[in-house]
Amino acid sequence: MIMEMLKVLVVDDEPGIRSGISRILSQFIVGYPFMDEDIGFEMMEAATGEEAIEIFHVNKPDVVLLDNKLPGMDGIQVLEYINQNALEIEVMMITSYASLELAVKATNIGAYDFVPKPFTPQELRASMENLTKHLFLKRITQRMNKEGKQIRFQFLTVLSHELKNPLSSVEGYLRMMQSRQAGDSLEDYDEMITRSIKRIKGMRNLIMDLLDLTKIESGKKPREIKDTDLVKVARLSAEAMGPMAIQMEVEVRFAGLEKLILPADPEEMEIIMNNLISNAVKYNRRGGKVIIRFAREDNKAIIEVKDTGIGITQEDQSLLFREFVRIKSRETRNISGSGLGLSIVKRLLDLYDGDIVVRSTPGEGSCFKIELPVNTR
Amino acid sequence: MINKDKKPRILIADDDPDFLFQLGFVLRKAGYEVDVFDNQVDTSKYLEAHRPDLAIFDLMMERDDSGFVLAYHAKKLYPKLPVILLTAVTAETGRDFKPGNQESKRWIKADLYLEKGLHPDEIIAYVRQFIKS
Repeated sequence: MIMEMLKVLVVDDEPGIRSGISRILSQFIVGYPFMDEDIGFEMMEAATGEEAIEIFHVNKPDVVLLDNKLPGMDGIQVLEYINQNALEIEVMMITSYASLELAVKATNIGAYDFVPKPFTPQELRASMENLTKHLFLKRITQRMNKEGKQIRFQFLTVLSHELKNPLSSVEGYLRMMQSRQAGDSLEDYDEMITRSIKRIKGMRNLIMDLLDLTKIESGKKPREIKDTDLVKVARLSAEAMGPMAIQMEVEVRFAGLEKLILPADPEEMEIIMNNLISNAVKYNRRGGKVIIRFAREDNKAIIEVKDTGIGITQEDQSLLFREFVRIKSRETRNISGSGLGLSIVKRLLDLYDGDIVVRSTPGEGSCFKIELPVNTR
Repeated sequence: MINKDKKPRILIADDDPDFLFQLGFVLRKAGYEVDVFDNQVDTSKYLEAHRPDLAIFDLMMERDDSGFVLAYHAKKLYPKLPVILLTAVTAETGRDFKPGNQESKRWIKADLYLEKGLHPDEIIAYVRQFIKS
């Protein structure tokens, strides 16, 4: 079991109390069934409020056990300091003058809990256990909120950028036509029209990919699992890619099994195959090859899509399955894509407990290998 | 007016082929010689051999800082060459990249920053500020 350490600062002017608390808590471990890690305590001590404040900034404790009656500034003032400076510290008040009034005041200005002195080791442990649980849940919630929001924000920023660029291109061409910049006959604008249509197609593809992705993400895509021949699905995809392959002079070949039947949603398998095969054609060299190989190993179906294209550097390989990642290089600059294809593939494979890995050598080609467990739903 | 014998030469580098086409078109129509490139590497090679009268670089091409690198390179070769950097960085990140203070002027070697959303015919007005004939 891995252990996470919480830093605990004991602030008390009596050395005996400080060392007593340190001894009890340094041997104490908190564990909950819902936590991956046990939590232990790393102890620090301060004799005055002033000393405590110095330690806040140097050692950044997670928890402060705070006596109210201190020689200089008192516990409440230390607590106020924590609030004013918005320090991320949970405070537990300890005091021998355990009056209700002080307890109310301390919790009102942000102390988490209150332990009256004198206390037994058991009482101290119980209070610490509660505080630890509280802290743990608070952090998990914070982290989830933050990550969720950030991912959403990033997604929308990139998306608006991906749509804004082609829109301003098309707008630019239309303005040039509006002011008859190239001449008075329609033929003068042929190239602009062709270019505009190309950008509009790109936007449409992006939107289609986005719809696929949101359907998968929301779980709203109706799934129909039935025996599906992956080789047949791939052949249909390759056929649909025919015109592009001819343009690129890329030869698409099949190898291995001639039939590979799996319980799967045919539409999902088609999205996977379309993405992989179109990538293999798009990022290929003129006169290159694509080899799609099917095999069965143990309880797995293996599909490999191998190309003789531009390849992907080690660094870029790690980014490949993220949303909106498009590898930018001299070779890819004229190839259009939404940057969503492989993240869609990855998400679909997750539904089947499947996996995808890539092997690639820049300048030689890439090989995407899918493994699908055969006994899935 | 622009001298008929020798048209001023403008270098443009941008990885958006449509932007290149549009800006190139508008500038040629306005009487300039225009050379366009869609990547940093080829633009660098061009600069080694030619001195244009104005250079316009997109900030992000195959690398996020391609425009900065090109601007630096261009100013090193031809200290007097005016350089315009096009950037969508402000719109996307909310961060201001304009060489406002002396500190940033020292390392950002551009004479003017323009937002990427500008229409090509609006860019001409800025081009004229730098190329006076």
